[in-house]
Amino acid sequence: MIRFALQGLLARKLRTALTAIGVVLGVSLISGTYVLTDSITSAFDSIFTENYKNTDAAITGKSAFDPADDGTTTAPAFSQDLLPKVRELPQVGAAGGGVFGEAQLIGRDGKAIVFGGAPNLGFSVDPALPQFNTLSLVKGAWPAAGEVVIDTHTAAEKGFKAGDEIGIQARGAAERMRVSGLVEFGAVSSIGGATLAGFELGTAQQLFGKTGKLDQILIAAKKDVDKQQLIASVQQILPPATQVRTAEDQAAEDAEGTTEFLNFLQTFLLVFGGIALFVGSFVIANSLSITIAQRTREFATLRTLGASRRQILGTVVLEAVVTGFVSAVAGLFLGLAIATGLFNLFDAVGFTLPNNGLVFETRTIVVAIIVGTVVTVVASLRPAWRATRVPPIAAVREGATLQPGRLHRFRPVGAALLALAGIAAALVGLFVDGLKTSTLLSLLGLGVLLLFIGIASFSNRLVRPLAAVSDPIARWSVVVLTALIWPFILLPYWAIRRLFGQHPEFPRVLPDRPAVEIGGQNSRRDPQRTASTAAALMIGLALVTLVATLGAGLIKPFEDAVDGIFSADYAITAQNNFSPLPPSVAAAAAQVPGVSEVTSVRGGQARAFDKTISITAIDKTAPELLRFDWRDGSQASLGQLDPNGAIVDDEYAGDHGLSVGSTLGLEMVTGKVLQFQVRGIFRPPAGGSPFGNVTIATATFDSENPQPQNIYTFLNMGGGVTPENTAALSTALQTFPNAKAMTRDQFKKAQTDSIKGLLNVLYVLLALSVLVSLFGIVNTLVLTVFERTRELGMLRAIGLTRGQVKRMIRQESVITALIGAVIGIVLGLVLAGLLAARLDEITFTVPAGQLVIFAVVSVVVGIFAAIWPARRAARLNPLEALQYE
Amino acid sequence: MVGMVGTTTAEVVHAEGIVRVYGEGDTAVHALRGVNVQIEPGQLTAVMGPSGSGKSTLMHILAGLDRPTSGSVQIAGTEITTLGDDALTKLRRKHIGFIFQFFNLLPMLTARDNVVLPLTIAGEKPDQQFFDELIGRVGLSDRLEHRPAELSGGQQQRVAIARALVSRPTVVFADEPTGNLDSRTSGEILDLMRGSVEEYGQTTVMVTHDAKAAAMADRVLYLADGEIVKETGRSSQHEILQIIDTLDLQ
Ligand SMILES: Nc1ncnc2c1ncn2[C@@H]1O[C@H](COP(=O)(O)OP(=O)(O)O)[C@@H](O)[C@H]1O
Ligand SMILES: [Mg+2]
Repeated sequence: MIRFALQGLLARKLRTALTAIGVVLGVSLISGTYVLTDSITSAFDSIFTENYKNTDAAITGKSAFDPADDGTTTAPAFSQDLLPKVRELPQVGAAGGGVFGEAQLIGRDGKAIVFGGAPNLGFSVDPALPQFNTLSLVKGAWPAAGEVVIDTHTAAEKGFKAGDEIGIQARGAAERMRVSGLVEFGAVSSIGGATLAGFELGTAQQLFGKTGKLDQILIAAKKDVDKQQLIASVQQILPPATQVRTAEDQAAEDAEGTTEFLNFLQTFLLVFGGIALFVGSFVIANSLSITIAQRTREFATLRTLGASRRQILGTVVLEAVVTGFVSAVAGLFLGLAIATGLFNLFDAVGFTLPNNGLVFETRTIVVAIIVGTVVTVVASLRPAWRATRVPPIAAVREGATLQPGRLHRFRPVGAALLALAGIAAALVGLFVDGLKTSTLLSLLGLGVLLLFIGIASFSNRLVRPLAAVSDPIARWSVVVLTALIWPFILLPYWAIRRLFGQHPEFPRVLPDRPAVEIGGQNSRRDPQRTASTAAALMIGLALVTLVATLGAGLIKPFEDAVDGIFSADYAITAQNNFSPLPPSVAAAAAQVPGVSEVTSVRGGQARAFDKTISITAIDKTAPELLRFDWRDGSQASLGQLDPNGAIVDDEYAGDHGLSVGSTLGLEMVTGKVLQFQVRGIFRPPAGGSPFGNVTIATATFDSENPQPQNIYTFLNMGGGVTPENTAALSTALQTFPNAKAMTRDQFKKAQTDSIKGLLNVLYVLLALSVLVSLFGIVNTLVLTVFERTRELGMLRAIGLTRGQVKRMIRQESVITALIGAVIGIVLGLVLAGLLAARLDEITFTVPAGQLVIFAVVSVVVGIFAAIWPARRAARLNPLEALQYE
Repeated sequence: MVGMVGTTTAEVVHAEGIVRVYGEGDTAVHALRGVNVQIEPGQLTAVMGPSGSGKSTLMHILAGLDRPTSGSVQIAGTEITTLGDDALTKLRRKHIGFIFQFFNLLPMLTARDNVVLPLTIAGEKPDQQFFDELIGRVGLSDRLEHRPAELSGGQQQRVAIARALVSRPTVVFADEPTGNLDSRTSGEILDLMRGSVEEYGQTTVMVTHDAKAAAMADRVLYLADGEIVKETGRSSQHEILQIIDTLDLQ
């Protein structure tokens, strides 16, 4: 039986390969994800370990709590007086102190140097202690006071060499420094596009606003002193708000934020791999159903020769195991290409990831192979079971077809129940309060999965009406698309073939009625097959529609929120629209003549009720430029913030029983606990609030935040938005190349553009699923052509030209695609509606323009899917086709 | 009618020196070894011969479905051996009707749509009067809205006959049209084909190895081993069987 199964697979190489494509692509995204994240992890690991290569212990500033990694809050620096004390300890061999911070390099064009959104790392370097220096000097010299060393990558890209001058901006305005030399980080030429700037300690302290302070002391133990002894001795002399860790712990601590991010990235990408596999499983199930229907004779003959049902089942499942395994292996290796592609994709959307070479872990291989094989086998179970239903008598009966199973009658009911169960699971996930996020997402995922399966099994009922409606649409959309490419592709192609002495048909635009009519009929003749084929595309389109609708639903409320909150003429943000900026930027803007009011929103973190929360701080000008939707209190409450007033958003107030007048203790990063009195409670706008749970006065905030950062700055100018005012602001900000001034409309657009960027990443990832479904259509069409060989021969004999055969198959393909598109889009809208009903941040908005684009894309998918099967069909020799049994 | 024999203009199909070799070298099969044949208008011509004698090959070449290795074929005055695939397809569409052994109907179309398929393909409208009459003749009036799966073998072949006749082609080719039917139904089908020749003057070429079918023909060509070995006019079944016997064509 095993040999039989293998020979069967070999005999149907092409069909097997086509069937497997869905699995190959799905597995490749999964293995690609692992390769990608493993590679990033290994790159980061090497960076973090490199940092502490000769270090036994590290002293760092200690914030009162573990702040979230949003760039607003860093551990406070400590006094450099600690360093000589550490050096005096008998256990200490050597110790070096350093500071770091963000240092923006400025190119010759005056613009900030950024590579794909990677960070701009600045730090002090101490060539006197080479054991702690992770940099290696490639050219020039180490920096003296007022000098800088930069990385070779930046130097090469932006045309700097040792001896040149370069602009640097850190906490204060930009200043110019001599590039004393070029460096590399350990063996790595580029840390994921990050720029490096190294300074002499004093210069660095001044640049980062840490004069007299250190961020870190690295310690090497004396010979024969073990780490624990060292740490114990250091602990004796530690001042408050500092801590000492072993180098390993410190490296792990440094990596924590990255690890979290990588875990998220991994899950995120795996979800899309899973979706592609899910779509692929539809393709497999469908292809196998068709092949098994075509092999009825073969199975019947085996049965007459004495094969049991079990053996038939075994053959088909075994074929699936082999197919699944082989495609998983293929997908595994394609994953390497995908990982490279993803690196480039993230790079292209401004998100460069560090890459030290691709890492291929055993786990990747195991998971990919198991998942690929299991999915294929599961998808084959139903068709395999159907194969066992073939009665031996079918061997001798002309045109025997598979009998519908016993449960056939209950299929629509079952399908509907499945879909309802899916909706129910999604509803429970969405609307039952107090579920953990993971439970919620699992319920939602399960619900959508069941819904897809249910709708897919039910949709054969919808094929006939939908095909009837899609038929003219398919016809005319193909005409329009053909007309569009006619002068550019079809006509030149025809002319070229003419020149080479062939006799191609002159490319036509208007629909070929006879061909298209038969094609339309064909799409309706096996609703089950059309439905299963369309279902694969349906899933992709439902998800794309969901994303588009949620995206549209996010953008509108966001714009409303912006309009509701601030009435200022201009906003100042970082070039990347989200990084916080030092207060010196707002101060510089305030100096511009004509500026009447400036207000900044500080962002940071604090601890309250045992949780780290985000807090914001606003200044005295805030009441004039910012508006709140008050539940308790009024704009006047804003005047009562200094020194110990606070305003709270209504949900936070509700959760913690706060009302106007209650007191609230906040533990600041420095560890100091401040008591605040609630002065007002406001409702944050649905589309997103720029404020933290608690908002306090800027003066109080700054007193307990050594390095305060602004997340927004808004300002008004005399005369409002005018080209002159805009120019004046831009000039003032030239010394802060990382900052930009925008009008309110530009601000809204910039913020929504980043949402759109994210949507685009989602589209690209979902495109893989759509691609899988395209192969699904190809597959069905090829199998169908194969099955209808004799019929095609007859049509050719009585006068259907080759071109007409192609157009006939294309019509069937486009109709199938449109059916998938229609069901998918409707389903996507329904899902988006459910989510919008639950989430305040989203209003249900139909992105009509995008839906039209998706429909057009589906037509194109249909056209592309038909190309190859149509060529095969057109190549058929009518004679051989007529004799084909 | 017989007077027209020899005048090329009236010949609907004219073939000279057709050779058809399948394959190459040692394994080459010489299916036709220089056949000359003219199909006369308004006649039912039968091609008889044992299995493997080249009947189907000859028919395919005369109908423009296959090209001879050498020789010339004219259909309605057009030399087809040099035509491109599209031109040839269009020529078939206009001049040739087919009746196949395995009816070859489209399962998703009704009997009516199957019958008018050649016209649909050509983008033409059926002549309603002729259509009605044709359907009456083949006895399908009450079966028009049925699909092939709902029709018996005989009924399916009637649909196929109507389909071959509906565009009034220059010549209808039938390859063993009764090969898949029982003898009673075969008789009815043959009567229909004979009727179409008498009634509409439909030129028809029928490949068969059934003497009873050949007895319906105005002219019988005997093929053996890729060559036409004899030609007779209208003959009885008995005469045909005798000829087969004497020529040893079993
Ligand atoms: N496609 C083909 N390839 C090779 N040989 C063929 C092919 N078609 C027919 N033949 C051979 O040509 C000869 C004539 O076949 P055919 O015309 O089908 O005969 P008939 O219809 O009289 O039975 C036979 O020997 C057959 O085996
Ligand atoms: Mg034959």
